[in-house]
Amino acid sequence: MNKENNSRRDFLLTGLLAAGAGLGAVAGCHSKKDPFEAAADGTVKPSGKKVKLLSVDGEVIEVDEAFLKPVPHLPAITNSEARIGIPGKKFVMVIDLSRCKNLKKCQAACNHAHDLNPGENWIKVNPMQAAEHTAPYWEPTTCMHCDEPPCVKVCPVDATFKREDGIVLIDSDRCIGCRFCMAACPYSTRVFNWGAPEISEELASQPYSCETSIPQKKGTVGKCDFCADMTRMGMLPHCVSACPNGVFFYGDLNEDSVTNGAETFRFSDLMRDKGGYRLMEDLGTKPSVYYLPAVSRNFPFESGIENDKKQNK
Amino acid sequence: MKNSKSIASDEQIIQDLLPRKFKTSGRIWVSLLIAICLVGIYAYYRQLRYGLAVTNMRDYVSWGIYISNFVFFVAISLVGSLITAVFRLAGVKWGAPLTRIAEMIAVAAIIFASIIIIVDMGSPERFYNLFIYGRIQSPIIWDVIVITTYFFISILLLYYPLLPDIKILLRFKEKSGPGLHKFYSFLGSFWTGSHKQYLLSKKAIYALCVAIIPVAFTIHTVTSWLFATTYRPGWDSTNFGAYFIAGAFLVGAGSVVVAMYIFRTWYHLEKYITPDHFDKMGRVLVLLCLLYLYFNVNEFLTPFFKMKESEAGYLNDMFSGSFAPVFWFAIFTGILLPIIILLFKQGRKPLPMFIVGIMVVVGAWFKRYLIVTPTLLHPFMPMHDVPEMYHHYFPSWEEWAITSGSLAGAMLIITLLCRIFPIVPIQETINEHHETAK
Repeated sequence: MNKENNSRRDFLLTGLLAAGAGLGAVAGCHSKKDPFEAAADGTVKPSGKKVKLLSVDGEVIEVDEAFLKPVPHLPAITNSEARIGIPGKKFVMVIDLSRCKNLKKCQAACNHAHDLNPGENWIKVNPMQAAEHTAPYWEPTTCMHCDEPPCVKVCPVDATFKREDGIVLIDSDRCIGCRFCMAACPYSTRVFNWGAPEISEELASQPYSCETSIPQKKGTVGKCDFCADMTRMGMLPHCVSACPNGVFFYGDLNEDSVTNGAETFRFSDLMRDKGGYRLMEDLGTKPSVYYLPAVSRNFPFESGIENDKKQNK
Repeated sequence: MKNSKSIASDEQIIQDLLPRKFKTSGRIWVSLLIAICLVGIYAYYRQLRYGLAVTNMRDYVSWGIYISNFVFFVAISLVGSLITAVFRLAGVKWGAPLTRIAEMIAVAAIIFASIIIIVDMGSPERFYNLFIYGRIQSPIIWDVIVITTYFFISILLLYYPLLPDIKILLRFKEKSGPGLHKFYSFLGSFWTGSHKQYLLSKKAIYALCVAIIPVAFTIHTVTSWLFATTYRPGWDSTNFGAYFIAGAFLVGAGSVVVAMYIFRTWYHLEKYITPDHFDKMGRVLVLLCLLYLYFNVNEFLTPFFKMKESEAGYLNDMFSGSFAPVFWFAIFTGILLPIIILLFKQGRKPLPMFIVGIMVVVGAWFKRYLIVTPTLLHPFMPMHDVPEMYHHYFPSWEEWAITSGSLAGAMLIITLLCRIFPIVPIQETINEHHETAK
């Protein structure tokens, strides 16, 4: 009887401790080094420092810090939830080419936020020139999050998918690495992890989240995810907030509103007044990324050349 | 008198066509193939360990010689259906001694097509996802389905016609040794050769011959759709299915000619694989060359005429740019020169045919390389903000080793099959002999 009580208490406490570590409760998680068993056989000594925790019954209890069991960081939502998306939303991005001077701050922020390998970029800023006598301009490209995504069409295992809110994501736990999506994408937006990503052991051992696209895994495809995790928290994607020139706007088509953090516009007004368009409309991919043409520019094209040479020799 | 002669020659035919143990040259050949395979396996071990980073494929050229090689193998495997099924259904009698060679090549090629596609995967340990999460909308799933189907039909088309021969092989226990004898009886001891069994087998072979033709067309058409279902210049073509099939029959027939010559010389089968066979295969080959040439003209001339902006870079690169040497080599060696040589009667003699066969096969391999790589190096968007090496592609030693290993592996399977089974169907040859004697 007594013993049974004890084991029940242990079980509860294990759950609590996991919660105490601030990282979600993992009840009944049996690892080889259960802190209480370890304490019982004396391998772990109490540190004397107590931590206050709230039990499931609403009781405040104190536990020695040495008995806390670290559990891996769990994503806020499961990958099957991440497949559905945020109901009632239709996310769009607007990129104003007249404001871009190829600072590549968007790229740096994106690379940092997603822990990308050196040299690997989900955002590329291309020097574009339509014809010999037309003017060159800088064109940042992300994943277009197409409404008719060719990549999703060809994926044999449903590893890349289109959500209700318009975002196209990748489940790296499912991707088999056939790279058909890369061949299918006309915007060359997809990036492959040819070798093991150079990330910390701690990060690499985290469970993969479709919304953060972290951690990237060897032999799978990665790409811009519209920062679906930030979006869920009601925050802007990293590229949008990192750009000092306000090139990127992000928002919800259903609300007809996009913002770059400093300015907010009606999406339809921007399209009407500035002549918005999408890339390669003739292919019928129906991108969610809209461009505003490079007219009345804030910076000359040449101002971005120097910065470009760092990556493109 | 005639009858006794034919009985005597029955034994002679059997003695001539029984599979033989490897001599020194055979042993050297097999060890060489095994050595190449082992190097390939080591390279694959490195690839599993360090990822596809050991290859020189990168984000733009995301498919390289593995995929070219895959297309090549699928193409060659089509010959099984051509020689066995199309010839049989069309009542082409002279093709009979070549059916087994063709079917062995088909089986070996389709096995390595499946292997090489797994080698190309970034996460092969998740192969089972294709069965758990498979989406029927994806052309890759179509490929998995039809290749599996084709594999089984090819195996059966190799197996059923073997049964009468296995009955003969079982008579020579001391020659084949106890191990092989056991294997033969496992495969075919139930075959008595009764009239009922004979009819059943004939029906089954006929049904398989009918079934394999649409399946063969499907495997290579679907393989072409892995490219043609994308938007990319050079792949976005309605011509692709037919273009691939024509090329496949050509390379398959070429490989049969090469095999015919080698087996004929090696096993002294001059009586069974005659200059007449070479002459007729030469006519088939020249027809296939002309057909493939026609599809090539279609594939390249119309876009060349228009020179659309998106296609211009890729076309210029092929015709006069960095891929021009390979392109013109493949066109001349794989198509044009064979046509010229084969139009002459002298060109259809065994030795020139052997050389033409090699030209066709080598040309075809490089043609597959050109189908995959140049297109990928000419994407719609500029190649920018990527490391320098992403702008080019030349396979790494691991890629060459794995590719050579797969080619050696396919040849090893063919070699072992012809060690175990008669290359020229014995019973069919005897039957034919009796018919002509009458």
